Amino acid sequence: MTWKNIEKMIHESWDKKIQKWYAHNANRIYVDIDPKDLVAFSRFLFEDLQARFIIASGVDTPRGVIEIVYHFDFYQLPVVFSLRICLKKPKPEVESLAGIIKGTEWIEREINELLGVTFNNHPDMRHLILPDDWPEGNYPLRRDQ
Amino acid sequence: MSEIIPIGPYHPLQEEPEFFRLHVEGETVTRLDIEIGYNHRGIEKLAESKSWDQVVFLVERICGICSTSHPAASINAMEDLGGIEAPERAQYIRTVICELERIHSHLLWLGLAGHFIGYNTVWMWAWKYREIVCDICEKVTGNRQSYAMFKAGGVRRDILDEDIPWIRKSLDKLKPALDMFKGAVIDDPVIHARTKGVGVLTTRQAKDFCVVGPTARPSGVAIDVRKDDPYFAYGWLDWDIVVLQEGDVFAKAVCRVLEMYESVKILEQCLDKMKPGIVDLKIKELPAGEGIGRAEAPRGEVYHYCLSDGSNYPARYKVRAPSYVNIFSNEVACVGQEVADAALVLAAVDPCYCCTERVIMVDDATGNEKTIKGSDLVKLSQDKTKRIQKSLGL
Amino acid sequence: MGIKLKALTRSPWVYHLSTGSCNNCDIEILDCLTPRYDLERFGVVLVGSPRHADALLVTGNMTKKCIPRAKEVYEQMPKPGVVIAIGSCALGHGVFKGSYVIPYDVDEVLPVDIYIPGCPPKPEGIIAGVAKLLTMLRQKA
Repeated sequence: MTWKNIEKMIHESWDKKIQKWYAHNANRIYVDIDPKDLVAFSRFLFEDLQARFIIASGVDTPRGVIEIVYHFDFYQLPVVFSLRICLKKPKPEVESLAGIIKGTEWIEREINELLGVTFNNHPDMRHLILPDDWPEGNYPLRRDQ
Repeated sequence: MSEIIPIGPYHPLQEEPEFFRLHVEGETVTRLDIEIGYNHRGIEKLAESKSWDQVVFLVERICGICSTSHPAASINAMEDLGGIEAPERAQYIRTVICELERIHSHLLWLGLAGHFIGYNTVWMWAWKYREIVCDICEKVTGNRQSYAMFKAGGVRRDILDEDIPWIRKSLDKLKPALDMFKGAVIDDPVIHARTKGVGVLTTRQAKDFCVVGPTARPSGVAIDVRKDDPYFAYGWLDWDIVVLQEGDVFAKAVCRVLEMYESVKILEQCLDKMKPGIVDLKIKELPAGEGIGRAEAPRGEVYHYCLSDGSNYPARYKVRAPSYVNIFSNEVACVGQEVADAALVLAAVDPCYCCTERVIMVDDATGNEKTIKGSDLVKLSQDKTKRIQKSLGL
Repeated sequence: MGIKLKALTRSPWVYHLSTGSCNNCDIEILDCLTPRYDLERFGVVLVGSPRHADALLVTGNMTKKCIPRAKEVYEQMPKPGVVIAIGSCALGHGVFKGSYVIPYDVDEVLPVDIYIPGCPPKPEGIIAGVAKLLTMLRQKA
């Protein structure tokens, strides 16, 4: 499949749900969506478009919301397609993707312990890289820490 | 009767010493639990207090073996952020450094795999020929590891023309060694017996776990950042990626050996095609925005994402090392294997040299814990080789 | 004590402990055993257990998760034993200074006898450091 085909299919199915489509250059696309559309969109990318999940990055932005960017690519194509969601503090939470994409299990655990985001229905939420006796409520990547 | 064997290796990926818990029934592994975090040094948070230039030095020390791939992804991210195109000569020099690192990393892995199987001569020979590569690196960059060559907009040092004939001669010394290793791996019946059909990762599993690099390519997943999203000089050169279908430890070993040949091919083309020119654009600042940079480390795709607010410090810096996804795939690759093969399967994703420091055996049926050392797990593997050698009459 | 120390300096058995390092130093240590540098001809052997070790080679930053393990390893090493800190991280954290998971220096957790600087120190540097330590100990014994 070429990127043109993929782009067309994404627009056909998801145009109404895309809040913002930003192309930094030909190979770097960033799309903003509502957190409640995350699971369905990711399933569409992973199962229908055969995308590969690269990683997710969580950011505690100066605007006061927590952003999570999910990065996908399409195997032999050079494009990196990133889905961005914004979660409100003080209790940022979103549905876990671990049921659809096995490869998201670890990064969700990491974002949970470093940024304090709750991933609902995650199969195995425990510390990944911080020690087990790390103080509760201390999220190293939050701006106020 | 089920037991759990914990293995606590030191890892150079995100580069942590991991800790594995093998659940065993008799001689067969039934489940694997993985615990990481011993090497977590808070690099992403630290990066926010370093200047863009300093970030490259910081990420170089994420892993000592892949020490060039992280700076490569890092400057790719910065150049993506700023829309910067480095000069041609700099791109060739960057490619040379990356491929040298690939050869030295694969030779290192070969040595360790040899040690785990019990072929200590392979270990010594592999690391001896690795010294040639380290010498070339020292000639070009000034250091055997941690080269400090990359910066956004170019490289810090040029390769001198008078050094190039010496580099070519050293590469020529390396070629017969590669032939020797190829023969040693591909033709040895004991290695066939130890590694074929062991630790198989199917194509479907490889895609579900989103694995990369020489963990994905031997399982039929044809991804390689150098081909898919070409960076540096890779798009200008003639070379092939190595893809196999079986997904077992043997395929992973063959993949790495064949990749070394491709690396030598790339190196020679770079030295042929490099033209005189500037090597550094002397970039002074980066704009606000986001940047994504990728590189193909010897272990797979390294992914860096940076967020800039226009100042001299990153607002956010995300690093994803290849072993982060590769190690997780051990959860399925190890199941159904013999304990004696466990060390080999875990090492096949090329985590780190310093593998097992401690292993705990937990008996699932009785709940009793028994501590054995990681070196004992390696010994189990070496003993299995001796048994096979005996049975083959060698 | 004098006889033990003397015996120790003849052919030290070393145990390698990495406490959160990038592995550069660890590889250079292993490199010392390979044919080019070949520490084994001096009787230096890398052992698999701290209980058999005369010297502890410590690399890395002493991350929070590693502290209990490092102390345990040091207790297991039979005394007299020496601790050698290798690499910038073991000396003063190197580039990782200020990280939230690294509360202490290596020498605040273990009693270090000699420091070998470098990032990573070259195998020649490691050998020189170890040789210096052995000379120091022989003079003491």
